[in-house]
Amino acid sequence: MWAEVDTVVEIDATGLHYRELNERIHAAVAEGARTLRLVNVRGQRYIGTGLRVPVRIEIHGVPGNDLAAFMEGPRIVVYGNTQDGCGNTMNSGEIVIHGHAGDITGLSMRGGRIFIRGNVGYRVGIHMKEYGDQRPAIVVGGTAQHFLGEYMAGGVLVLLGLDTPRGEHLARFIGTGMHGGVMYFRGTLRPEQLGKEVGIVDLEESDREVLGKLVGEFCRHFGYDAAEILSGDFIKLLPLSRRPYGRLYAY
Amino acid sequence: MKSILPPRFIVERDPDRCIQCQVCVNQCGWEVHYYDPIDDVVRSYDERCVACHRCVVFCPTHALTIRERPLDYRRNANWTPEVIEDIYKQSETGGIVLTGMGNDKPYRNYWDHLVLNASQVTNPSIDPLREPMELRTYLGAKSDRVEVDPDTLELRTQLAPQVPIEVPVMFSAMSYGAISLNVHEALARAAAEAGTLFNTGEGGLARHLYEYKDHAIAQVASGRFGVHPDYLEMARVLEIKIGQGAKPGIGGHLPGEKVSEPVAATRMIPVGTDALSPAPQHDIYSIEDLSQLIYALKEATRYTKPVSVKIAAVHNVAAIASGIVRAGADIVAIDGLRGSTGAAPKIIRDNVGIPIALAIAAVDSRLREEGIRNRASIVAAGGFRNSGDVLKAIALGADAVYIGTAALVALGCHVCQMCYTGRCSWGIATTRPDLSKRVNPEIGAQRLVNLLRGWSLEIKEMLGGMGINALESVRGNRLHLRAVGLTEAEMQVLGVKPAGM
Amino acid sequence: MKDLQRYQNRYGDDKVIEACGLFGILDTAGRRFSGAEVIQAMALMHDRGNGLGGGFAAYGIYPEHADCYALHVMTMHEQAREQVEAFLRCHFDVVKGEPVPTRPTPDIVDPPDLHRYFVHPRRDEASEVSEEDYVVGRVMEINSGIDGAFVFSSGKNMGVFKGVGYPEQIAEYFCLESYEGYMWTGHNRFPTNTPGWWGGAHPFNILDWTVVHNGEISSYGINVRFLEMYGYRCTMQTDTEVLAYALDLLIRRHHLPVGIAAKVLAPPLWGEIEAMEPEERRLHETLRQVYGSLLMNGPFTIIAAHEGEMIALGDRIRLRPLVAGVKGDRLYVSSEESAIWLVCPDVEATWIPVGGQPVVGRLGETPTPPETASAYVMPMGASLDMVKVEA
Repeated sequence: MWAEVDTVVEIDATGLHYRELNERIHAAVAEGARTLRLVNVRGQRYIGTGLRVPVRIEIHGVPGNDLAAFMEGPRIVVYGNTQDGCGNTMNSGEIVIHGHAGDITGLSMRGGRIFIRGNVGYRVGIHMKEYGDQRPAIVVGGTAQHFLGEYMAGGVLVLLGLDTPRGEHLARFIGTGMHGGVMYFRGTLRPEQLGKEVGIVDLEESDREVLGKLVGEFCRHFGYDAAEILSGDFIKLLPLSRRPYGRLYAY
Repeated sequence: MKSILPPRFIVERDPDRCIQCQVCVNQCGWEVHYYDPIDDVVRSYDERCVACHRCVVFCPTHALTIRERPLDYRRNANWTPEVIEDIYKQSETGGIVLTGMGNDKPYRNYWDHLVLNASQVTNPSIDPLREPMELRTYLGAKSDRVEVDPDTLELRTQLAPQVPIEVPVMFSAMSYGAISLNVHEALARAAAEAGTLFNTGEGGLARHLYEYKDHAIAQVASGRFGVHPDYLEMARVLEIKIGQGAKPGIGGHLPGEKVSEPVAATRMIPVGTDALSPAPQHDIYSIEDLSQLIYALKEATRYTKPVSVKIAAVHNVAAIASGIVRAGADIVAIDGLRGSTGAAPKIIRDNVGIPIALAIAAVDSRLREEGIRNRASIVAAGGFRNSGDVLKAIALGADAVYIGTAALVALGCHVCQMCYTGRCSWGIATTRPDLSKRVNPEIGAQRLVNLLRGWSLEIKEMLGGMGINALESVRGNRLHLRAVGLTEAEMQVLGVKPAGM
Repeated sequence: MKDLQRYQNRYGDDKVIEACGLFGILDTAGRRFSGAEVIQAMALMHDRGNGLGGGFAAYGIYPEHADCYALHVMTMHEQAREQVEAFLRCHFDVVKGEPVPTRPTPDIVDPPDLHRYFVHPRRDEASEVSEEDYVVGRVMEINSGIDGAFVFSSGKNMGVFKGVGYPEQIAEYFCLESYEGYMWTGHNRFPTNTPGWWGGAHPFNILDWTVVHNGEISSYGINVRFLEMYGYRCTMQTDTEVLAYALDLLIRRHHLPVGIAAKVLAPPLWGEIEAMEPEERRLHETLRQVYGSLLMNGPFTIIAAHEGEMIALGDRIRLRPLVAGVKGDRLYVSSEESAIWLVCPDVEATWIPVGGQPVVGRLGETPTPPETASAYVMPMGASLDMVKVEA
């Protein structure tokens, strides 16, 4: 789907405001560039936003907020950490982050994949949703902070708990208001960490397939051993209802 | 649990007129009327009636009358029937009391306390039937000055994207799901024909209605339903919905039973799941975050369209609007205390927010004092009933208004306030196919176009009377307003003099 | 009494609503360094503000007058300055008075006159009023009594530099690159209801305490009324002022440790308190029962600083961003992580603190990241800009 490595267009982002940087990216893509390498990126926002061409963008540095917001198609690889709002309302494409990611990563994401080697901040995967064959997925190598998967309406969230002390996930309010999609945790969780709208269920063969595929991709990106990770115990969380607030109202 | 709620309405059937044709049985979304095969007569369950009058209008022999049921609770200025019955509802369910439409409480309606001016003797009034009369309005950020090359007279100023409307009345955000697809289509077609804009609401836009994209304001709300690159690219204007007048500060839920296959496809969520709109947008917790989303949308559409930010009118609305303008919005939409809704907790609808007239005046004044009024258009919403209200809002400082309830009334709505049930007999606030087919998009569009035409003619008459032939001369021109029966403080906020001064 | 509202909140809103970008650096070994880094970091976060306010606090910048209170005073007209100087001569020994050095900067328009005075309080030794309270009292007198004058910095061996403009413009105007301090904080302001007043920019200061703040406190009304019971007069009508007074009350006057004070401003939820061991539970219950009116409800992140200490704190459900980083003796806190990497390309670790848990840096204590997984650390291990193409 994404171009094989061809001529790489390199852009030095030093000192560029996001509008200049994104103009250059759009101009390069308009001229046919399909692989871009952005170096010295420091906080420039909206990289990948408004691009609807399956380009490959390498980012060296720390991109700014709303990386890949509303994105459709591109594949972004970040050699660094990402800030808040990465993958905001993303429609399709892929983001691979070699460091950690900030708050609300994957907010309202409706398609595509985000792989994060490290940990993630608050409210990750909040209100992800799915329709038809658009089923977004976020795979986190480490663990997450609170309100993970809040209002989640679809898609897949995976936390692998790698390099997490004692394999303990400490996030609270996990899946509050969740009414669709699924979460998988490798490591331990206590029931009081969960929102009242979610429950722990046993994994089925189909879950193993989903995990096998996503973990396999994760390991190809970051060089881990998939078999070893998959041999760990996984916890599966599902919403208890697709209508969590059905009884909230009088007539 | 047995309900102790008394019936609110009496359905009276005149036996001399009733021909047992069962039209009422078929028309009622509430299953009030039924055919009793044993006695071979049509009867009614009064307690189900909500006074939507569908049966009354469609009864071929005018045999039906709906009356409010007299129920004389012991007289009490505090414990009114509404208060008592809401407690019954809650004690039976433990839930939040829901309602539809706008605030129906007797708060002061400022439009009824403002009067417009007319020319007499010292300047001529204009006859709009024969002389030019311009209502065109451009929405979008204006520049503070125009630069022209003094030698070539070439224009050097490049304005931010502007969107023209031929009548200063647009259709307010009503989402597909809250209203039927046919209503969405009627609004879209009418907007196209009348040269104005319709707002998709927060539930996305069905693909076949992309045909009307040049007249679409695409809303981006907390649920981000149906928000994808095609949707953003389609629209003429993008609107970030922060709040709405009927329920400031809270989110909403489109109940799963309203999420039918076509609604699901448009919202891009599975059939039958609740569509939850969180109270905040979770990428906006502060004013600089709003700026971030405004520019995310501008980046996503390469700076080709104005971005509007819609808020509910609340206490600090002037300061908030100032922040919104400084955050980069091209349009500020403000929805007042009487703003309508498909579903809201009654306690919120009836108790939170401020009247739109005061909000318009406060915002327009503040933006002028700060010298940033040019940077954004102001759109007002919340209970506009007629062209008089519209013109008074414009004189206070609005560039244009949104109408919601008035448009639905044009389509047959009888304001029964039961929109949240999905059983609308008029086929408006429902996604049930058997009901929603009752609104024919073509006829609906014609009714809406007629309404806008009527209001335009009236506005032109009023403008002509003032001796003004272009709407911009009355915009923010509060000298054409006077107050009747308002307090000093209210007149100060409104920036108008008492009548007679 | 002078009406500060006339400048600060000219439309009489409930309070001044604003939001922002923050940055702070502390060298815990006490090494002094120029303002260049904090300026660079603030400039990177330009888009978090709207050009109506920028400011910096710098600690350790006046070693030659370390024992003097350094009063930075803005005056709107000549007469105000004369009145201030007369007042100062009356209540202080003025060691030195001079204009605050500035340079013409195109984007800085209509600045007030800016002077600084290095002073010793001339107070009756037998007085029961402490030296600090004496200084606070005199500062309040100028701010509420002398029309057109405002003391915006009043600590020892530290200074606040702020005004209307983007922070990088303010820094240029005040020649901040020429100062050296061991601790710097910066602020980029996005006010929504003021065309801008120099005194209204952050940091907010009293004595050597400074606070920079991002967010809006919805509980402001009751926070003010609670503080008024303890004698604070909230003249600035900002959340930030309330936060500063709350810290002053809790830490300086009630002698609560920083960690406990943080739990007053951003307390655990009742559900969390109920899950605690009995002793800890009683502590938190008592704190909420007594100081419930100081709960800062709503989105906020603050960086508070005073001599030798920098405290960064976010609200309890983390509605505003905060990232921390360490490199050797240096502690960094920022609204955006990229700003840390910009000024410290070889930062050893960066992390996102959990809401309500303060990040505290002190002189003499080497900063370390927390160890728990939820307040996670993700060292990069290698330079960010390594060019690596995936297989």
